Amino acid sequence: MTATWDELQEGAKAPRREYGPLTRTDFVRYQGASGDFNPIHHDEEFAKSAGFPSVFSVGMLQAGILGCYCTEWLGAENVRRFAVQFREQVWPGDHLVCEATVRRRYEERGERRVDLELLVTREESGGAAIKGEATFVVP
Amino acid sequence: MVDQSKVGLTDEPSTMPLERGKIREFARACKTNNAAYVDERSPVVTPTFLTTVNFWSGGGRSPMQRLDIDLRRLLHGGQEYVFHGPPPRAGTELTFQTRVDQIYEKEGRRGGTMTFIETVTEFRDPAGALVAEARSTAIVTGQAPTGGGA
Repeated sequence: MTATWDELQEGAKAPRREYGPLTRTDFVRYQGASGDFNPIHHDEEFAKSAGFPSVFSVGMLQAGILGCYCTEWLGAENVRRFAVQFREQVWPGDHLVCEATVRRRYEERGERRVDLELLVTREESGGAAIKGEATFVVP
Repeated sequence: MVDQSKVGLTDEPSTMPLERGKIREFARACKTNNAAYVDERSPVVTPTFLTTVNFWSGGGRSPMQRLDIDLRRLLHGGQEYVFHGPPPRAGTELTFQTRVDQIYEKEGRRGGTMTFIETVTEFRDPAGALVAEARSTAIVTGQAPTGGGA
């Protein structure tokens, strides 16, 4: 069940959820699904030649995880905006924690809407992998 | 440095069919089993699914590919999707076109001078209505980046 309008007061939070540890297989699976075959995410030699210690995750993988985390809370059909800024890179073995908080609750053009603040944290470092925002309608 | 004259560069519009199996595959790769994506006969797309335009276009025709950027210096700074109604569903054909919207520079703490390239892709339904827009921010670093962006 998705959250209701009454539950979605400003400050309300989605249940925190942990994902991982992320593996190279997760990166490759995402690259296959998305069609983004930048070798820096699966080719160890290529990543090292670019000065990185190993391959690292596709930013859009953690963005995709975050987006689906949000729609599990508020409904797949209800998303109207989803925006992310990539911060720390995500490495093989990382655990990610997704969080979403209602920052604004309002009506616009006859629709009930909420604006969310989004965060993906790397559990090991405590650093932000993604900061984001989203808007959902609440039927 | 990326040539400022590339602002406004567009590709030709292309058409992408939204397919149930691709949406299911993509949703699973994003670690969800939400029935709205994996069980529905004509599921809506996930919030970031439209990134798969790269799969359709093969990338070779997009304006980004024509900027000759070294992949070892390329980071993804940010991404935004706007939906002008419920996200489009499997079974829909979308026509999409990408343009280079902005190019600007910033001094980075770790990667030297960074060039930011923002592209916007518009997605239209067969009636020509704008159903979604994607804004992508790419960052080209002056030296091997060690943090920020993905």
